[in-house]
Amino acid sequence: MSDTSTRGHEAADQPVTLVHPSSQSPVQRAVTTVVRSREIAIVLVLLLIIAAATVKTPSFLFSGNSWRDLLLTPAILMLLAVGEAVVVLTRNVDLSVGSTLAITAYLTGRLFVDNPGIPIIVVVLAGLVVGALLGMVNGLLVALGKVPALVITLGTLYIYRGAVLTWAGSNRINASDLPDSFLNLGTQTVLSIPVLFLVAVVVLAVVGYFLHTARAGRDMYAIGSDPDAAQLYGLRVRRRLMGAFLLSGALAGLAGVVYAARYGTISSGAGTGIELQAVGAVVIGGVAIFGGSGTVWGAAIGAVLLVTINRALPILGIQDFWQQAVVGVLILGAIVLDRVLSARRARTLIKARDAA
Amino acid sequence: MTRSYAAHQHPLWRRALVTREVAVIGLLVVVLVWASSAVPNFSGPLTLPFLLLDVAPILLIALPMTLVIITGEIDLSVASVVGLSSVLLGSLHQHGMSIPLAALVALFVGLLCGLFNGFLVAYVGLPSLAVTIGTLALYRGLAVGILGTTAVTDFPTRWTDLAQQWTTVGRIPYIVFPILVLAVVFGLLLHFTSFGRGIFDIGLNAEAAHFSGVDVARAKLVTFVLTGLVSALAGIDYTLRYGSARGDNATGLELQVIAAVLLGGVSIFGGRGALHGVLGGVLLIGVISSALRLENVTVNVINIIIGLLLVLSVMSTSLLAWVSALRRGIATRRGHSGSEMRRAAA
Repeated sequence: MSDTSTRGHEAADQPVTLVHPSSQSPVQRAVTTVVRSREIAIVLVLLLIIAAATVKTPSFLFSGNSWRDLLLTPAILMLLAVGEAVVVLTRNVDLSVGSTLAITAYLTGRLFVDNPGIPIIVVVLAGLVVGALLGMVNGLLVALGKVPALVITLGTLYIYRGAVLTWAGSNRINASDLPDSFLNLGTQTVLSIPVLFLVAVVVLAVVGYFLHTARAGRDMYAIGSDPDAAQLYGLRVRRRLMGAFLLSGALAGLAGVVYAARYGTISSGAGTGIELQAVGAVVIGGVAIFGGSGTVWGAAIGAVLLVTINRALPILGIQDFWQQAVVGVLILGAIVLDRVLSARRARTLIKARDAA
Repeated sequence: MTRSYAAHQHPLWRRALVTREVAVIGLLVVVLVWASSAVPNFSGPLTLPFLLLDVAPILLIALPMTLVIITGEIDLSVASVVGLSSVLLGSLHQHGMSIPLAALVALFVGLLCGLFNGFLVAYVGLPSLAVTIGTLALYRGLAVGILGTTAVTDFPTRWTDLAQQWTTVGRIPYIVFPILVLAVVFGLLLHFTSFGRGIFDIGLNAEAAHFSGVDVARAKLVTFVLTGLVSALAGIDYTLRYGSARGDNATGLELQVIAAVLLGGVSIFGGRGALHGVLGGVLLIGVISSALRLENVTVNVINIIIGLLLVLSVMSTSLLAWVSALRRGIATRRGHSGSEMRRAAA
């Protein structure tokens, strides 16, 4: 099962009859790729929702605060969705991201409380490293134990959550415990774009570029397409799986720091249940749940869509109680759409083969 | 080399007793004995009834979930069905419908929820993990949408007693009896009918099952419908047990159910598992939680223990395989030629 994003790259490996060298100019080709991509469908839905909400209540987009919130609120879920997408691409899943987020969010608060004057960068690094370590535990268990990721990360979901509950107890870190310079990160903007959103976008760009071009990134797709074939072909499956889980953990760790900066109040219950939202964003974004297909771009836009819908629905006159139902319909719609698209692609390929 | 069907390596009693399921039940007994002797108040008269009341919803949903997981699928939407059926029971009761009638409606809606899941998975062919994450949000959304943040609490004690009280003799909660009946029904269905054999076949190899005459799609549909129906029943129990119908009832219960089923020795890849192991798994988690609570150990440590148990129980297969591979290696070096045959038997 080859995915849309590899079409351009593996053209040389395909029989000549299937894919002809493109007669279009690079610019034309880029435009066609974007217009025909699966991700464009989510972008359209997202724009439609924003447009509808803005027409109904112009301040949804055009007041300073709501513009900021529009970009700021999805930042956390975007980070989680990018990491989750990489794991899902390899035909695995990471359910422990919500618990990892809680650990590093609380760690962030504790570091500031216990070491006044600690540089922010140290705290961010601490969050990343702790997240990466927790992710590596998942990766080790999955890659070496050859145990399905769903079970392992369900186990570590409980273990990590238990750890943060033990550590934090009923303690709560309040905004007044955190230095202003850190909290300002949560509201600061550069050229009217929130800093935290920029962080998420930079991470997205780096991971997206890596997956698209780096050898390890292409390996992830290959492993997700067919793990056994990848093994036979000589890919370092174990190492790549560890890498995927490590990345997912590190990004969840970063998301924890972002969570602390954004909300200021941190309890041990932070991010409970967000793992299913992350998986939902990945699915909406067009990453096949059985791996091998999809992009982190899609996952990130899926995350933005999920969060934006929650804010837009009340404006559109739908009681916010129904938000989750809409999210559910969206996820189901995305899966059905993927099924239709892949069936159509299969038909086209068969036709091309028969014609040859 | 002629390939004959290898005879069983071990006698029947050993194959029946040295299993994962028995290990789980053994662990359950050990924990029970430890708790009764070491944990003050555990042997008190009220511990066991309350323990059973607490695990009842998980116990119920674990039964059909076992079937779903053995076919190699998964259903994450069960807790949302619990919430939806709870809300339906509550709001219909609020609008003057009698409890039994409202319960019937809730059960019917649960059946429809399962039917929808099953249709998308079995007949449209969509991955169950993705589908049921979608319906997890959808069904929960409907539940929260119907009642909002309000709760219905004025259930007549005549009905709540059914989910809260126990028999005067032996202190067995009433809810245990329907669970026992269902457990027997599901046990027979899974282990003693051709439908049940089909379930295992699908989990081992759906294509082979199809060619040996199993209606794969229908069997999968049935398992999802059963899960929806029983989840709705668990929702009714949950509502009456806590005397409160809320949209967010039982949030997150799906992971507890799945953890218990997997702990009970069911393979997440499908094709392997047994119902008595699952019952052992659910009760094991229940006993550990209740014993540790009495020891004043907080919920968080219980979470860690359950998580560790889950990881260890699935890792144990890998570890055992590793150990037996090691032993086989030694045996081969000693000139034993039986290893080839043993591998065929395994």
